[in-house]
Amino acid sequence: MEPIIQINHLSKAFGSHVVLKDIDFAVNKGDVTCIIGASGSGKSTLLRCINLLETPTSGEILFHGQNILDRGTNPSKYRAKVGMVFQSFNLFHNMSVLENCMIGMTKVLHKDPEEARQIAMHYLEKVGMAPYINAKPRQLSGGQKQRVAIARALAMEPEVLLFDEPTSALDPQMVGEVLSIIRDLAKEGLTMMIVTHEMAFAHAVSSHVVFMADGVICEEGTAEQIFEHPQNSRTQEFLSRFSR
Amino acid sequence: MLPQSFWGRILFLLNEYGTSLIKGAGVTMVIAIVCTFFGCIIGFGVGIVQTIPLDRKKQPFHWFLLRAVQLLLSAYVEIFRGTPMMVQAMFIFYGAAALFNINMSMWTAALFIVSINTGAYMAESVRGGILSIDAGQTEGAKAIGMTHFQTMLYIILPQALRNIMPQIGNNLIINIKDTCVLSVIGTVELYYTTRGIAGTYYTYFEAFTITMVIYFILTFCCSRILRMLENRMDGPVNYELVMQDPLVAGTGTYRFNEKKHQQFNDQNIDTREGGR
Ligand SMILES: Nc1ncnc2c1ncn2[C@@H]1O[C@H](COP(=O)(O)OP(=O)(O)OP(=O)(O)O)[C@@H](O)[C@H]1O
Ligand SMILES: [Mg+2]
Repeated sequence: MEPIIQINHLSKAFGSHVVLKDIDFAVNKGDVTCIIGASGSGKSTLLRCINLLETPTSGEILFHGQNILDRGTNPSKYRAKVGMVFQSFNLFHNMSVLENCMIGMTKVLHKDPEEARQIAMHYLEKVGMAPYINAKPRQLSGGQKQRVAIARALAMEPEVLLFDEPTSALDPQMVGEVLSIIRDLAKEGLTMMIVTHEMAFAHAVSSHVVFMADGVICEEGTAEQIFEHPQNSRTQEFLSRFSR
Repeated sequence: MLPQSFWGRILFLLNEYGTSLIKGAGVTMVIAIVCTFFGCIIGFGVGIVQTIPLDRKKQPFHWFLLRAVQLLLSAYVEIFRGTPMMVQAMFIFYGAAALFNINMSMWTAALFIVSINTGAYMAESVRGGILSIDAGQTEGAKAIGMTHFQTMLYIILPQALRNIMPQIGNNLIINIKDTCVLSVIGTVELYYTTRGIAGTYYTYFEAFTITMVIYFILTFCCSRILRMLENRMDGPVNYELVMQDPLVAGTGTYRFNEKKHQQFNDQNIDTREGGR
């Protein structure tokens, strides 16, 4: 089966600072890929390259076999199929919760407002935020904002959903509510790539784990391989910090 | 014939020239409001063009064209912010006649000059307003597939507009006061009217006392109205929790209640974490 996303020799430099070096890997349908690694190892940059928020310096990103870095591809159309959830939520401050979830469907997918409303309500219920449709983002807690951001991304019905440290900006008691939603999505078979520092969560949900250090993939494999039998000494050293 | 006391002379002037003063104030307000409006449109146009991101490598031709336009617009902003409006008024009014043989009517000239002047100031405010919106808003919009144009229209500009409302109000108030320099090209606004009245009876102090008060009332009312508008734009402080069937609009809405809100949250976290 052809992977949804195939990354070949991807590199990214900010000026002379090389952040990603010759990254290769694939995401198949239904995969839950967790990307772990130390701070500054390039995890966020990798996700941002995949969503074209950063332009890679070289290499290719194939989406269903089509290189999205080719001149001809339309980044907006591609992004509508590959959603992203950010550490800082990035909800639109000028819109209510419901409008946040509807705007992409009405303006990008050109769905009619009533249909968009039904779909938005469906996903807001799923994340437990349906009672808050009239609230503005600034009136919500961090965990609630992130749940709305997830509903907004889901409402676009993307093929792949990227998460960049979805719980890092949250108070400890709110981390659980967000992670359990992601876990439910994993059970439903949604294809996801998740950058996280929550090792227990990564161990539990991922079908595939990528360990990054200094802009390269040091080791990758199943959750069991990486978390229980890491081969690379850097992986072992990184994980030992969490087992204490 | 002229009353002896100060207040008597004021009453006399009000009685005699009340209508012309009101007319003058009307002209001042029309110029100020219309020009602030057009100034905002110019300012938004220029500010939006100044913040278009283009990749030099990907679209070299478009990039070059855009830079040329941006340079011209910067020149416009700098020139009109950097010279006094009174001098601009003379320059444009007499320049149009001398160079292009265009005889502008008093109204055309007045509206034109104040509008492009306000536009130059607003352009910088709008540019600043756009740049001050957190980059996360743009990324959030891009991540759901919005184009730059859609992101601007639905996400950035509404927020920028809200943020620069105080500057728009500021410009309106400055325009109310600064239309008086248009008297140099013969615009019969409040200041011009007052000077005429003052000169007739040599009642400078009394006439300008009245005009001070009128100017102040105009600016004060405008700033209050704008403040109300800002509050209106911010929307309600509270929101309503929709507890029942949310697909049926308008049913089961309760007022937001801090305590219930907290209970709902706790309950929600409990049930969700129970699954762990
Ligand atoms: N816009 C940028 N300009 C210059 N350097 C950048 C930029 N964005 C990221 N970097 C650099 O790239 C490197 C990798 O950053 P990145 O954010 O991808 O790390 P990360 O693995 O996500 O770290 P964390 O776990 O702290 O989020 C860092 O050294 C950072 O300083
Ligand atoms: Mg990061």
